[in-house]
Amino acid sequence: MKIHEYQGKELFRTYNIPVPNGILATTPEEAKAAAIELGTPVVVVKAQIHAGGRGKGGGIKIAKSPEEAAQKAAELLGKPLVTPQTGPEGRIVHKVLVEQGLDIAKEYYLGIVLDRQASMPVVMASSEGGMDIEKLAHERPEAIIRFHIHGREIHPHQARRFAYGIGIPAESISKATHFLTQLFKLLVEKDATLAEINPLILTRQGDVLALDAKINFDDNALFKHPDIVAMRDIQEEDPFEVEASRYGLNYVKLEGTVGCMVNGAGLAMATMDIIKLSGGKPANFLDVGGGAKKDQIMNAFRILTSDSDVKAVLINIFGGILRCDVLARGVVDAASELHLTLPVVVRMEGTNVEQGKEILRNSGLTFTVADSMKDAAEKVVALAQ
Amino acid sequence: MSVLVSEKSRIIVQGITGKEGKFHTYHCMAYESTNIVGGVTPGKGGTHFSEVPPGKKPVPVFNTVAEAVRLEGADVSVIFVPPAYAADAILESIDAGIRLIIAITEGIPVNDMVQVKRTLRESEKSRLIGPNCPGIISPGKCKIGIMPGFIHKPGRIGVVSRSGTLTYEAVWQLSGLGMGQSTCIGIGGDPVNGTNFIDALELFQNDSETDAIVMIGEIGGTAEEQAALYIKDKITKPVVSFIAGITAPADKRMGHAGAIVSGGSGTASSKIEALEAAGVRVTSSPAEIGSLMKVLIEHTRTVRRRSPLEKD
Repeated sequence: MKIHEYQGKELFRTYNIPVPNGILATTPEEAKAAAIELGTPVVVVKAQIHAGGRGKGGGIKIAKSPEEAAQKAAELLGKPLVTPQTGPEGRIVHKVLVEQGLDIAKEYYLGIVLDRQASMPVVMASSEGGMDIEKLAHERPEAIIRFHIHGREIHPHQARRFAYGIGIPAESISKATHFLTQLFKLLVEKDATLAEINPLILTRQGDVLALDAKINFDDNALFKHPDIVAMRDIQEEDPFEVEASRYGLNYVKLEGTVGCMVNGAGLAMATMDIIKLSGGKPANFLDVGGGAKKDQIMNAFRILTSDSDVKAVLINIFGGILRCDVLARGVVDAASELHLTLPVVVRMEGTNVEQGKEILRNSGLTFTVADSMKDAAEKVVALAQ
Repeated sequence: MSVLVSEKSRIIVQGITGKEGKFHTYHCMAYESTNIVGGVTPGKGGTHFSEVPPGKKPVPVFNTVAEAVRLEGADVSVIFVPPAYAADAILESIDAGIRLIIAITEGIPVNDMVQVKRTLRESEKSRLIGPNCPGIISPGKCKIGIMPGFIHKPGRIGVVSRSGTLTYEAVWQLSGLGMGQSTCIGIGGDPVNGTNFIDALELFQNDSETDAIVMIGEIGGTAEEQAALYIKDKITKPVVSFIAGITAPADKRMGHAGAIVSGGSGTASSKIEALEAAGVRVTSSPAEIGSLMKVLIEHTRTVRRRSPLEKD
């Protein structure tokens, strides 16, 4: 799960991780009031959307007076912001964070992420902050220091390795080690899988602060953290995906015209792949799970077909625990209840496949039954055209 | 000989009295010579699990894995415990000295798994398969997991995969073309897991009853790339592969916690490229895993017939 920058910074404050003073605003008037309250000669108005690359997209603006802060907020609020990560339609900005301007001496990069290969978190830091870290890692890997954290807490020597490694001046070392130690504590305690501070800054006064805060949380661990769940912003998510998650379905909206319904994530991806191989484009990823019930299949079908881009549907089920007869009944019921007019291709294999096919044949509805994945993909692509 | 499990494995089920545990215990017991010797549910020790297939005897339920090991000589455990308690269940099996732990549970917090990995590294005895996996099956002998047994056939192909139903698809194709399986191992779809591709490849390479290997990967992480390097160095048996997710967009999690392309790494094309460079035959179609293997095996046979001493 992702959260906004302002929420990340609120969380940082509870861990004594220094962040600039800032106030959230949803109207230009609030932004003006925030600038007055902050009282610095310069404030920064930052669009709050989940996608990255906000700076490049013009979502971060400098204001030299409270009036200008209001004006900059007005330019952002209620309008779509297009960044390299949002896609061409952009994301509507509903909130801005108004922050004090700071006297920056230097910018750094700090990230902590789970290294899957090593099965433990890795700290990555660089004296070249504000940069695209992936680009930097690719072009000049020596500019990044990396080390793994083996236990549940960071050792003082590791924190020093970070602070000295990126060239923090002597008088600020303890501030930098404190920063990393607390950030790692947050990561472990809140089950975050990624924390990225880009940039981490050193002020002319010698303070070390997080100018940005990107944190991702482990969806599987959210049951432990109601405080994090409370930060979820549904406005930032695809409405189809939100709807699907309500029924325990894994759904990801894509660009194509062939709707797919599959059991199992691997088979669902493979189904998308074979649609493309057959000359079509998948409209979505949809995994109904291993033990899907009738009502889940019904809801999956409804969500799938409410996407107006979908021109034909492919159902690909390998029945193990999910029996083909149960699936077939669910599909028949859903199709008749939803008065479905779209062509549907069904490919079933596995447990009770004959009963399943029988149910489809006797339903009085016109399903196209396919014999193999290849056959199914070719048929559905033809129907979608 | 199959790898890791056989009819001799003495298996316990952690979470045997739960809904999932009950259902799958029944179906594992019903499969060939699968030898389930007991179960573990804290608080239900001393009772018996009696919802067993016709002709099978009820099995004892214990409060702890240690008891099951002491009294029943258990050496394999399969875990159906809910995600919040699953890591603890794995750790309990490691502590009790269980040789092979198979965690079926989906949705275990990744930090919990980081802790489990730390303990596994220190353990000399235990191997973990999963979590979030279908389990392991040695066709004709023993099924420990949730896969439909009937699609498998005993034979000489080793299958290793990150996915569940996609593995069934591949197995179905193999069986349909007359190629049985020595062992099928589902290593699971989570970012942090136990047995990885390399471990499974090594087991198949050293198994005298496995002739060829099917390896099914998917987007996310670099496990397939690591496996490719290993194959290049160490694997002499033919390997056929399919990588799911070539159409998956970046930064979108495709169901499995581990299936995500992020920061430009973990793409299907980088995996396919690495595998092909290692001499693996990669098919771009999930419908042609079986037929590609058939071609490869027949080719290998022809080569053998022509020059029996030549190494393939």
